Amino acid sequence: MDALIDLLPELWKASIETLYIVALTLFFGGLGGLLVGLGLYLTRAGSILENKPLFFVLNLLVNFIRPIPFIIFLAAAQPLARAVTGSGIGNNAIIFTIALAASFAMARIVEQNLLTVTPGVIDAARSVGAGPVRIIFTVLLPEALGPLILGYTFIFVALVDMSAVASYVGGGGLGSFALTYGYRQFNPIVTWAAVLLIIVLVQFVQFFGNYLARKALRR
Amino acid sequence: MAVVSLRNVGKVYPPTAKDGASVTAIDAVSLDVEAGDIYGIIGYSGAGKSTLVRLVNALERSTSGEIWVNGQNIAALRERELRRVRLGIGMIFQQFNLLGSRTVARNVAYPLEVAGYPKEQRAARVAELLDFVGLSDKAGSFPDQLSGGQKQRVGIARALATQPSILLADEATSALDPETTHEVLALLKRVNAEFGVTIIVITHEMDVIQTIATKVAVMDQGRVIERGPVFDVFSNPQAAASARFVSTVVKGVPSAAELAVLRERHAGRIVTLTFRDSAVDQKAVFGELSTAGVAFEVVYGGINEIQGRPFGHLTLALTGADAVIDQVLDHIRTLTTVTEVR
Repeated sequence: MDALIDLLPELWKASIETLYIVALTLFFGGLGGLLVGLGLYLTRAGSILENKPLFFVLNLLVNFIRPIPFIIFLAAAQPLARAVTGSGIGNNAIIFTIALAASFAMARIVEQNLLTVTPGVIDAARSVGAGPVRIIFTVLLPEALGPLILGYTFIFVALVDMSAVASYVGGGGLGSFALTYGYRQFNPIVTWAAVLLIIVLVQFVQFFGNYLARKALRR
Repeated sequence: MAVVSLRNVGKVYPPTAKDGASVTAIDAVSLDVEAGDIYGIIGYSGAGKSTLVRLVNALERSTSGEIWVNGQNIAALRERELRRVRLGIGMIFQQFNLLGSRTVARNVAYPLEVAGYPKEQRAARVAELLDFVGLSDKAGSFPDQLSGGQKQRVGIARALATQPSILLADEATSALDPETTHEVLALLKRVNAEFGVTIIVITHEMDVIQTIATKVAVMDQGRVIERGPVFDVFSNPQAAASARFVSTVVKGVPSAAELAVLRERHAGRIVTLTFRDSAVDQKAVFGELSTAGVAFEVVYGGINEIQGRPFGHLTLALTGADAVIDQVLDHIRTLTTVTEVR
């Protein structure tokens, strides 16, 4: 317990780091996922920008990357992370790698949520002369907003998980804190303190996501 | 002048599987819809009627033929060019297809936004349209707070927003109960009468055609098998499928089973008389029977009115001497069609 009290500044720093990593990966991964998900949705057979070759490529890419266990993806993507961020380790490198992995995971969620929009609504928009860009912003995204928010809430939890795993290649945060000061120093109280913080963080975000989704769905 | 004119229009879907056959949804259809018509297109599901109406605003593209809308062959236009054409064609749907994330007012405003109306004009036009469909008090409601009939009225308001000259109704009342159906049909009639909007109505319910259409085309297997003024098709259907549709709303000639029941109850002769328009004087027909002293009983049939013109069939069981009946039937044959049923 005393050890934990001594470590409070470290714990605080680790919490902030986790929030920083998760916030940035949520932004970049979320944006990437939205783009790839929209791409999958729009180019599929019968959709408004049907494009079989492009759909095939996107679909293959997502199927290819998604099943890779994250810890292996971290190692495999390290050269790419180094090329983009200048370093293969550290927070910037792992933010890049997590965002990349999250993009492909999120892409499927976005695609599935967009598929819940009834095609008839898109027909209605087309029948009054709306073009594809307008349909994306005035029909697809607003109509799927509730499920999309829940999808992003879901991916948030996955990001917290990935950020902890990424401490393996020198990322900071609560995962790294638990490993360094708890697990390796045989101090379960320190580990559990980190676990508790993560649970609180996830619960809070889940609650907030549910609230926003309810508002969007007006239920 | 025809506002919508289809010339040998075809729609063939490519095979879905590698060794599959292509599917012909629309097979060389030619059709003229005149300004001010309420043109009904009826057919069983799979007959191609929904595909046909979706060709008119190019939600689906034809694979052959010409589609003239307001003097422009839209089959030759590209998607981008079509957007302007679509502003002149409203459409309502079976499932209403309202935007669930928008209020009633913003749903109606949607086509105006697309067409680039300034904001003040949009608000005024939306108020006008909601007043027309009787939903001014629902402007701030969301679609899921409305009944089916109210949703369709919003759909109609939205479809009319940009003052189109043509309105396409794709099974617009098929998801509604009979009473609501008649409210919506009455509204469509007003749209036609007050704004002069030409309406194309797709339906599988003959009742809808009977209530509002002025002309009708019957579709079967991607072809138009019969067409004409509603009165003509109803009173004298030529194709078998047309006759089946007509029989769903018009009590006509008894079926074989019904006839067997009639036979059990009436030992005498049974005849069916056709009354079509005021060309046949019912009083004269029944006068002949009375004068000849032939007693009769109406056992089956009905007289319908289509666009203010009566027509129908009456089946009579006659009591009297055979020779007298033969004589009086000869007289009646000069007045109308007599079919003796055995």
